[in-house]
Amino acid sequence: MMDNIQKVDLTQVKPYGDTLNDGMVQLSFTLPVPYGDEAKEAARQLVRKMGLEEPNVVHASDLGIGYTHFVVYGKCQHTIDYTKIQVPKVEVNSMDMEEVEEYIRQNIKREITVVGACTGTDAHTVGIDAIMNMKGYAGHYGLERYKGIRAINMGSQVPNEELVAKAIEENADAILVSQVVTQKNVHIPNLTQLVELLEAENIRDKVILCCGGPRISHELAKELGYDAGFGAGTYANDVATFIVTEMVRRKLV
Amino acid sequence: MNSKLNLDPKIIQSARTAAANIAEEVQGFIDQHTTVAVERAIVRLLGVDGIDEMERPLPNIIVDNIKEGGGLGEGIAYWLGNAMIYTGDTPQAIAEKVSRGELNLTTLPLANEDEIKEKINEIARSTVNRIRENRRKREEYIERLGEGRQPYIYVIVATGNIYEDVIQAQAAARQGADIIAVIRTTAQSLLDYVPYGATTEGFGGTYATQENFRIMRKALDEVGEEVGRYIRLCNYCSGLCMPEIAAIGALERLDVMLNDALYGILFRDINMQRTLIDQYFSRVINGFAGVIINTGEDNYLTTADAVEEAHTVLASQFMNEQFALKAGIPEEQMGLGHAFEMSPDIENGFLLELAQAQMAREIFPKAPLKYMPPTKFMTGNIFKGHIQNAMFNLVSVWTNQGIQLLGMLTEAIHTPHLHDRALAIENAKYIFNNARDIGEEVTFKEGGIIQRRAQEVLKKAEELLKEIEREGLFSTLEKGKFASIKRARNGGKGLEGVVQKGEKYFNPFIEMMLNKN
Repeated sequence: MMDNIQKVDLTQVKPYGDTLNDGMVQLSFTLPVPYGDEAKEAARQLVRKMGLEEPNVVHASDLGIGYTHFVVYGKCQHTIDYTKIQVPKVEVNSMDMEEVEEYIRQNIKREITVVGACTGTDAHTVGIDAIMNMKGYAGHYGLERYKGIRAINMGSQVPNEELVAKAIEENADAILVSQVVTQKNVHIPNLTQLVELLEAENIRDKVILCCGGPRISHELAKELGYDAGFGAGTYANDVATFIVTEMVRRKLV
Repeated sequence: MNSKLNLDPKIIQSARTAAANIAEEVQGFIDQHTTVAVERAIVRLLGVDGIDEMERPLPNIIVDNIKEGGGLGEGIAYWLGNAMIYTGDTPQAIAEKVSRGELNLTTLPLANEDEIKEKINEIARSTVNRIRENRRKREEYIERLGEGRQPYIYVIVATGNIYEDVIQAQAAARQGADIIAVIRTTAQSLLDYVPYGATTEGFGGTYATQENFRIMRKALDEVGEEVGRYIRLCNYCSGLCMPEIAAIGALERLDVMLNDALYGILFRDINMQRTLIDQYFSRVINGFAGVIINTGEDNYLTTADAVEEAHTVLASQFMNEQFALKAGIPEEQMGLGHAFEMSPDIENGFLLELAQAQMAREIFPKAPLKYMPPTKFMTGNIFKGHIQNAMFNLVSVWTNQGIQLLGMLTEAIHTPHLHDRALAIENAKYIFNNARDIGEEVTFKEGGIIQRRAQEVLKKAEELLKEIEREGLFSTLEKGKFASIKRARNGGKGLEGVVQKGEKYFNPFIEMMLNKN
């Protein structure tokens, strides 16, 4: 049986619907045109222009202001060579909480201090809370719970200047910045300014600097001058592992 | 209403009494103080609006003028009334003179206090009449056009551009929304002034300004005529300008306003004295204007665990209820908040949510409870998210919630796209209609999971409230005994705007609005 099934060619990958290489993609979007046959035809033509063949408008609904919402399927014609893919990542196999605590005892031999905040205008503390607060998130305890880590969560809308001042005052080993609001790229200048402030204070090299948030990638973080960036699906132990191993690697113990 | 949960009325009464005592103690403090935001709200209600060439709002300029002159404790009504007698000008003309540096309010010769009061009361009465007229207009609209059935469908628009918001809001109304909230731009709550004019730029929301309120009000009245339903407008009183936003909301006939007695302290680190004084006047205005307030208890659960901290939500609802009563807000205008925020992985989590929603319904029978959607465990998996929102909608119609803030399947990804909102409304309408009378039909098992959960949460809330009553609210917040958030009595933002009232202090609106005359 298995022999009759086509093998995946990793040099030419395309979407899978219910058969290998059928290229099926589902789309949902709105066009600013009134509901009707012309609208459906417009959606069909647009989807074909996106490189999807045999577009099929399976649903269209009137949004009430002369706009129409569509659900469309089409067959993607493009392929990707999966064997050539390279993604920069935080290169750490994460330890769990106990392992991190043990690692600190063995390799750092003192309590480390982590200062975290949602900076700038950002008022959404859900990310920094998930990483830092005792409770943690989804069964992963936050840094406050770790023996050997002193976690200071400054909360929301903290100006970069205050964060830097706190890091100096507390002699922080690591700084965590959470940015949840990323509309219109408001987080970019804010994250950049923090790096500049740390450099001006001559402490950029003395701390592990990480940022995180649903739209943050490691690549972006490195580009902005951070040591690491953590996206969605990151837990406290991932961040803790990076901090402690990086401290040892950079001889900041 | 028979309790489906077998809640003990004695425990409910005991919790309510403790909350009343907590509010009573704080009210003594409130009555002796005023803030720059309270005074600026009075200025606005006395008819002053506009900005100077540096875009500073005139209400800020004249309140700063008396603050700098050491006269904040007498209150702006006193100084403005005095200046009116001396100059013969209107408050607006006086404010413009102060802004140009032509007049200094605290150095003018002092007139007789009764005359000052008479001068001010005359204008205050006409403003109060205008607000009463707005209230009547709302009632007329509802009488003539009708309104959506509860749970009201509440959606948010947040483009940053008020004109774009209008398009989205009208679309939402045509799709079935009953309440449109224009979410504010990030960080407006920390501005110590209200921006001016129509605005077209914001981050994650649109500035709350009087002109923006007016533009949206007009748009919703128009679409309301078209769809044959009064469409309510909502904005946010939270932050450093609670009373000012309440004032402009009253003038522009907003219908629903976020207004929580403790939210600013806990979640925006606004000074506790400032917030407690500000919330009082803002609620007096909301109450008189017929505005349904929405309290922010859902926020506790975005940071704390929804199972472990459920009693904190209930305790806060009890306190918000008592603070609202002090400000003359009837129960029918108390949109006490709570949320559907448990992890979807919990076995029988739906039963616990159902228990808590029914519990809130029974404890606050007349309140149009505001029920908030899942946010914390929305992941970007929009397909699962749509189901989480469906479960939330089912609890709401089952337990007769008043205001349903619809969840968006794209929560945690971006501000809602036009069709995200349409899908959310379709989801809610389907479930509300399909399960309309489920609450009438289904009772809960005696001593079962649902009854036990509600009883347990109530008991813990009662214990927490009694502890706060013993400790006092200020001290509780200082020790971090509430919601695990520690706030210093003299810490946080906005303390410099708090002052003790002087002997000549008067605020003409409190009496007129509380006595509804």
